[in-house]
Amino acid sequence: MLTLAQEAAQEAGPVVGAASGLASMAWLLVALPAFGALVLLVGGRRTNAWGHWLGCATVLAAFGYGLALFFDTAGLPAEERTRELDLFSWIGVGSLQIDFGMRLDTLSMVFVLLITGVGGLIHVYASGYLADDPNRRRFFGYFNLFVAAMLILVLGDNFVTLYLGWEGVGLASYLLIGWYQDRPYAATAAKKAFIMNRVGDVGLALAIFLLWRELGTLDYTEVFARVGELSGPTITAIAVLLLLGACGKSGQFPLQSWLPDAMAGPTPVSALIHAATMVTAGVYLIARCSPLYNLTADGRLVVMAVGAVTLLIGCVIGCAYDDFKKVLAYSTVSQIGYMFLAVGLGPFGYALGIFHLLTHGFFKAGLFLGAGSVMHGMNDEGDIRRMGGLRKHMPITFVTFTIGYLALIGFPFLSGYYSKDAIIEAAFGEPGWRGWVFGGAALLGAGLTAFYMTRLFLLVFFGEERWKTLESEDGRAYRPHESPLVMTVPMIVIAIGSAAAGFFLYSGERLVGWLEPNVGALQEHDHGVLPHTAVLALTMGLIALGVLVAWLLFGRGEQPVARPARVSLPVRAARADLYANAVNEWIIERPGIWLTRLAVFLDNKGVDGVVNGTAALLGGTSGRLRRLQTGFVRSYALGMLGGGVLVIAALLVVRYS
Amino acid sequence: MTPSYYLLLSALLFAIGAVGVLVRRNAIVVFMCVELMLNAVNLTLVTFSRINGDLDGQIMAFFVMVVAAAEVVVGLAIIMSIFKTRRSASVDDANLLKY
Amino acid sequence: MMWLPALLVLPLVGAVVVAFLRRNDRLAKIVALIFSLGVLVLAAGTWASYATDSTDRLQLTVSTEWIPAFGVRFSLGVDGIALVMIALIAVLVPIVLGASWEDKLPDGRTAAGFFSLVLVLESLMIGVFAATDVFLFYVFFEAMLVPMYFLIGRFGGPRRQYAAVKFFLYSLLGGLVMLASVIGLYVVSADRLPEGGTFDWVTLQRIAAEAPLSTQIWLFLGFFIAFAIKAPLVPLHTWLPDAGAEAPVGAGVLLVGVLDKVGTFGFLRYCLPLFPAASRELAPYVLVLAVAGVLYGALVAIGQTDMKRFVTYTSVAHFGFIALGIFAFSSQAHAGAVLYMVNHGISTGMLFLVVGMIIARGGSRLVHDYGGIYTLAPVLAGLFLVAGLSSLALPGMNSFVSEFLVLVGSFPRQPVFTILATVGIIFAALYVLWIYQRVSHGPVRGAALVTGGGDLGAAARPRFPDLSRREIAVLAPLVVLIIGLGIYPKPVLDVITPSVNATMTEVGLSDPVTVQPGGN
Repeated sequence: MLTLAQEAAQEAGPVVGAASGLASMAWLLVALPAFGALVLLVGGRRTNAWGHWLGCATVLAAFGYGLALFFDTAGLPAEERTRELDLFSWIGVGSLQIDFGMRLDTLSMVFVLLITGVGGLIHVYASGYLADDPNRRRFFGYFNLFVAAMLILVLGDNFVTLYLGWEGVGLASYLLIGWYQDRPYAATAAKKAFIMNRVGDVGLALAIFLLWRELGTLDYTEVFARVGELSGPTITAIAVLLLLGACGKSGQFPLQSWLPDAMAGPTPVSALIHAATMVTAGVYLIARCSPLYNLTADGRLVVMAVGAVTLLIGCVIGCAYDDFKKVLAYSTVSQIGYMFLAVGLGPFGYALGIFHLLTHGFFKAGLFLGAGSVMHGMNDEGDIRRMGGLRKHMPITFVTFTIGYLALIGFPFLSGYYSKDAIIEAAFGEPGWRGWVFGGAALLGAGLTAFYMTRLFLLVFFGEERWKTLESEDGRAYRPHESPLVMTVPMIVIAIGSAAAGFFLYSGERLVGWLEPNVGALQEHDHGVLPHTAVLALTMGLIALGVLVAWLLFGRGEQPVARPARVSLPVRAARADLYANAVNEWIIERPGIWLTRLAVFLDNKGVDGVVNGTAALLGGTSGRLRRLQTGFVRSYALGMLGGGVLVIAALLVVRYS
Repeated sequence: MTPSYYLLLSALLFAIGAVGVLVRRNAIVVFMCVELMLNAVNLTLVTFSRINGDLDGQIMAFFVMVVAAAEVVVGLAIIMSIFKTRRSASVDDANLLKY
Repeated sequence: MMWLPALLVLPLVGAVVVAFLRRNDRLAKIVALIFSLGVLVLAAGTWASYATDSTDRLQLTVSTEWIPAFGVRFSLGVDGIALVMIALIAVLVPIVLGASWEDKLPDGRTAAGFFSLVLVLESLMIGVFAATDVFLFYVFFEAMLVPMYFLIGRFGGPRRQYAAVKFFLYSLLGGLVMLASVIGLYVVSADRLPEGGTFDWVTLQRIAAEAPLSTQIWLFLGFFIAFAIKAPLVPLHTWLPDAGAEAPVGAGVLLVGVLDKVGTFGFLRYCLPLFPAASRELAPYVLVLAVAGVLYGALVAIGQTDMKRFVTYTSVAHFGFIALGIFAFSSQAHAGAVLYMVNHGISTGMLFLVVGMIIARGGSRLVHDYGGIYTLAPVLAGLFLVAGLSSLALPGMNSFVSEFLVLVGSFPRQPVFTILATVGIIFAALYVLWIYQRVSHGPVRGAALVTGGGDLGAAARPRFPDLSRREIAVLAPLVVLIIGLGIYPKPVLDVITPSVNATMTEVGLSDPVTVQPGGN
């Protein structure tokens, strides 16, 4: 009986209280970075001297407040931890009333800490990384804009505020990917990112329209309380449309190809936006909508399938790339695939997805910061084949990168070990073929991850110092050196996080328990297709195998600087992003270009042609008709006579017929 | 004597006038033919006045005469000015009404 | 309560005064600007005296005899929809005057003439929105063409004569068709009223709504064609790219920003309330045109090589959204459409101005003559992006609110059309970002920016200065409005909503989604 009551309470959702006291100031979280962005972007060159410090200060202040708010929330009993803060009425017409409000609950608090904490560290790092850029002040303006938008995304208390943040981070991402204005490919990558995101946003928008039509409200609290009123197919439709939005933002199949291109932006951007926070927004969305996904097994199956496909795509392509940041980018794609797989498991995985999201936020940010540090010391070189043996020249970077690397491949007792293994186990817990398919995919992914990360790690930090005999593109010799303190300190802090966060959040089910009021209690499968110990052993074995193979191939002997041209078919496919861009080009881009040209042609010749044609026809006809005017009185007189005769004849005919 | 002969005569005169307007080249002759048509109509009007036994047709005929007189004044003036500029009174030479 | 007559007369007085100052251009400009600011103050007063909680359909009404023989009266009055449009005019005209301050005019034309024509246009545009007598509306509707014809034909670009004549003929054709319907309305009212026919909108609304369906459809079509040309709906849009591209920038802003809104305003004020049965009957056909406009306008915009034509084609797409909102019949969609009319005036107005500033510097309208202007003029490029983002309806900016309202309000009744229109937002991102990328990103390139080839280097580069203080002052109010209305649109929505609800009642439909939040 008790369990029944508990379940009933859980289905109705948590009690939502009004935010008071410290929490009533929660608008500060958004206002601080937004204020920073405003000052930096409107202030112009006057703020150049101290702009980056203002940028860091606003985010760190937001982190301080977020921390206070977190402890304030933690001090409440579990069922009172969900609070809402209404700020003002945003859009209100008739039955549609959308308030600008914030939902402060356990889920959003976790994100607030991640965004402002990791974000603050990366801000500090960026002030060193971009020290030579004359436009650094503007960079921090965009960066602050991103933090503000991301906080709106996770803090909004309805779907429209979520959408506001959703496209807001998209804008910041667009601006920052295209940061290097003079590089044409950066501009193209930025545009590609925005447009592929917009494709996803259409899904999100349609889900919002559908929810409003069916329920007449868009507030989380009411939607989730009444989602049970919807019919099954409607819920599944909404779930799939939301997933489309999530796929766009999180770089999941089939919208994954923008994320690797997004590496055209500066490395701190890749670390913060395209690894730690923004790209995980899709996972947040699905976890946030857990009451909805709980009701649709079909919808969850689609989520799992997307996650599994993406994690394999990411791993496979990651094995073939030679670009430092692109390998990491595909690794991100693949790790987010794990998170999607986890949240697709429903009540068995929401908390695990968020868990992996957090640990990934740490170690992937750390890896990117390490990559940035390496490239910073290597004349912005990104090709790992031109590196090697860098461990002696960059000791701090080497150590912090090593920790991140080990955490990512799931080395025992580091972060990834806890979060990723939990997902693999949960995937094997699914009944029947699903357990085998999804568990198998996750397991295979773990092995591949170990392989490509070890390859990257060995090529960069070990082996021969291949850069010694080479020059960078601008003709300078490579002089690798350690980065300044302002960059290494954030790297060290994040490395500590990568090492410890997993155990900290895992022990005593800290995170799972914390999230329970908002995503439901984590359930465990009673009997999966494989026992837990077997899964653990298999995972460890595969990881070890991956490392070993990578060491055999890349750890010993000479590595060619030039990329081997004659490679097997799978490698060639992987190098071509598994032909994702080619497919996009042939299915969407080219027909699109032709369609556009056709439309322009039609408009000029067709629609406008009809109009001008009518005008020409009228003009031509009158031109012919005017020939009748000969100017001779006689012909006019004949016309008059003829007319008169006709009229009289007509009258006679009418009269006498 | 039936009035229909008068009508027949006026129709004949009108036809002669109309043909004259159409075929003659000299502007003066064309003009005289117009006058012939007008007078044919006058004859008709007077005839109908007689048939109906009232004065309406005769009054109408006076109007036509006044208009014809006015027309002669304007028309001859135009022909004179054209003749002065072009040294010709042929209607085929003048196509100023064109376009 | 003489707010509306004052709004009508003040710009006219200004126009006359300015016209007499053609000897002194500078003084003429200053006087014109002062008059337009005076109109802005009057408009603010009008806004303040409009009561949002009143149940009157039309407020601030004024009415006098005009042509008693036909029952024509000179009646003015506003509802929320007309009020926001008048406010938009009052805001845009000073900005347009400021933006045209240093325009190069064709030979023999004086700035006094230009500024005076703009003020005449302002007066007539206010009249067209404030008229509540259908005949008076028609008179303003046609009279409005005259100053615009001269603005395009005398002050425009190289093909200005062609564009002006095309614009005039199209509009005149529509106007004549509408005149037939206006007379038809009079006849219908004369049949049913004991005291004879009338042109009074309020009376006609009552009478015409009861007319049989076939009569309604014919009269509806007369109005609809006129408005569809004006608003432009595909396929009646081809005058707009020519007129917009050849018009001087200031006139183009008013043309696209305000003049075209008379069409969509007409749908809401005349087509729907006067002929509710016909509107409901014909709505699916109109929606086809609207959605075709959204997608087609966007596609053609993507393929444009001329920046000014590009802006007009984006407007064709936007007008599709507005028409969708109007003929989807829900208070959200209607409010969204009205707000869209205001927001489009602001964001496209700004886009037009920024494009005009680029063209004024580079001397070419072609996209491929530019490249990398970000490096040369970052503020200009940044504001170009802001205008573009507002045009693609980025959340947090004004047009998002209206586009969202239109789509969310249209979805319950018209899911298929709404889904198609929603796909249009991808195209919107594509056309804005693509043109921005080509013009603004990358190394400095293009014929307008680099001349003389590589040998001469930077010395041969034409001057491409960043924005002057005047230009920043012109654009700043628009940026403030774009962000302000994106975050807090409530003041405008509060004015619009009662009138929109009244329109819904007149159409005879109720909202498809009526659940009140919190009412479960």
